[in-house]
Amino acid sequence: MPALPVPERKMSTLILLTITGLGLGAMYFLIASGLSLIYGLMGVLNFAHGAFLTVGAYGAWFAESKLTAVSVLPRFLLAALVGLAVGAVFAALVELVLIRPLYKRHIEQVLVTVGLALAVSALVVAIWGNDARPFVAPSWLGETTSVAGAHIPNDRWVEIATAVVVLVALNAFLRRTRYGLIIRAGVENRAMVTALGIDVRRAFMLVFAIGGVAAAIAGVLSGVYFGTVDPARGTSLLIFAFIVVVIGGLGSLRGTAVSAVVVGLVQQYANYYASSGLGDLSVVLLLGIVLLARPGGLSAKLA
Amino acid sequence: MKRSLIPIVLLVVLALVPQFSVDIPYVFNGSIDTPGTLQLLALCLLFGGVAMTYDLLFGFTGLLSFGHALYFAAGVYVTDVAITRWHWSFVAAIAFTALVGVLLPLALGAVSLRVGGIAFAMVTLAFAQAGSILVFKNPHKWTGGEEGLGADYTKLPQGLVGIFNTKHLYWVALGFAAAVFAIVQWAVHSSPGHVWQAIRENELRVQVLGLRPYAYKLMVFVLASFLATAGGVVYLLLLGGATPEVTSANFTLTLLVMVVIGGTGTRWGALVGGVLYTWANERLGDASSSHAVSSLPSVLRTPLQQPLFVLGVLFILVVFFVPGGIARFGRVRRLREVFQR
Repeated sequence: MPALPVPERKMSTLILLTITGLGLGAMYFLIASGLSLIYGLMGVLNFAHGAFLTVGAYGAWFAESKLTAVSVLPRFLLAALVGLAVGAVFAALVELVLIRPLYKRHIEQVLVTVGLALAVSALVVAIWGNDARPFVAPSWLGETTSVAGAHIPNDRWVEIATAVVVLVALNAFLRRTRYGLIIRAGVENRAMVTALGIDVRRAFMLVFAIGGVAAAIAGVLSGVYFGTVDPARGTSLLIFAFIVVVIGGLGSLRGTAVSAVVVGLVQQYANYYASSGLGDLSVVLLLGIVLLARPGGLSAKLA
Repeated sequence: MKRSLIPIVLLVVLALVPQFSVDIPYVFNGSIDTPGTLQLLALCLLFGGVAMTYDLLFGFTGLLSFGHALYFAAGVYVTDVAITRWHWSFVAAIAFTALVGVLLPLALGAVSLRVGGIAFAMVTLAFAQAGSILVFKNPHKWTGGEEGLGADYTKLPQGLVGIFNTKHLYWVALGFAAAVFAIVQWAVHSSPGHVWQAIRENELRVQVLGLRPYAYKLMVFVLASFLATAGGVVYLLLLGGATPEVTSANFTLTLLVMVVIGGTGTRWGALVGGVLYTWANERLGDASSSHAVSSLPSVLRTPLQQPLFVLGVLFILVVFFVPGGIARFGRVRRLREVFQR
């Protein structure tokens, strides 16, 4: 078979990189959306968000390893559901037990989440060890689909679709429901909402639970993407999620979505076209440029 | 005894430690003049010193940086690469590291201090992450990537190499901690030092008084980072090589934990926190293999085997119940007060 003409081959590489970059951006969005909502509403920079991801991923992995009698697809779906539930419950408990008593003391809330992040990853290492554990997904996810000559792994489509569903669902929740209204108003001006006689704190636990679910989804998807779960992944993804959140503007869901896509694409393109590792560096550079160009704009949103 | 005399007396006592052969059971794993114990003590003093440099930013100026590891790692890696890969002399390497230790925080601080609060924390985190990626990427095979880079010991001063010279290394670490202590005390009582503390309390007021907080913050950022770089050089001497863990975000988080456990913005807090944390991290690791722990049921034993779990939980408890840290131990918060809304 003759080799493909050069332009076409380049095109297929570009498509593969774009879809993979979008998949990565989808993962960043799932982590960053919770971070951004929590910060916007409560002023808490949640360092334990990576721990939510880890807890969700290990929850799914643990359920999967126990459900040996079930066939692959239902087992995967069940395990994923368990992971999401574990993530939600864990996040809600963290809010109730650790964050709520330190109401209004923001620095101490950040410190508590830092301690929790360290303790949770150490605990996971203590129980299941430092090594990555294999996570079995339906084989269909590992196969590829051809799009215009590019062979795209199927899990990328699932990541993108999941992130879009989460984005649409979150948007609908924030725009159409009463709690969504309270959360949006709270992000805008919490003092005013409280003055109107609405207890914003009731929404806090909800926001944490939503963030926990989204992070757990990212945990399960990263398990599919890498084929394993490991204790350090939460922290490494969290750092990029932080960058996404800052570029997108804290508290803005749409900004987070756009910046997640940009960061994911920049990382993939630079890693391929320049040199591997440079993608990560160029994301940092991007953050520097954004902050230099709009320091007032960003910090104004942060205040 | 006069307050100012305490540090000097303490310094003299600590300097004499390697000359005595005293066994302190449970606290150390052997007599205090053995190389193993001296190495641990040296590490404790080193991290006590590095914690003080972080306290300069966080405790005294209120700057929550998540990138302090970068400047420490710069001290470790620049010196190591210069002597081992570029075959420079030790003196030249130190001079170059000192230059980097000033210029790097000056450049990055100038950018990151344009934003405040949480954005500042994120930007410093991102820069430190860039440093970490660079080290792992191993450009020109300079940094050794994941494996780290053992220092070329023939280039190091001969009095600081080998197990017989551990007491010299101990004195170097003690000298570093004492120097940082003296510099931090001098700096926070100088007139810029007063401005730093005023910025921590209320930055807007400082601005209204006609001062530029930006310049003062950059000053303290460069000072703290430079001292951390010096600490990195001491670390390289102590460990005889560089490991990529010192570049990680977790390393900065441990500095934060040390400072908060000890007590932020106090004379002794960061030093005590750094020493205790390093000691506990080392000894908890040993204790987990001891008989007392291995006879516990596995529900208790498994978490206790991870020092970081114990320290993380301890840290949360300190934030909740001893908000001032060890240095302000008198103000233990009552349980009822904590859960009051």
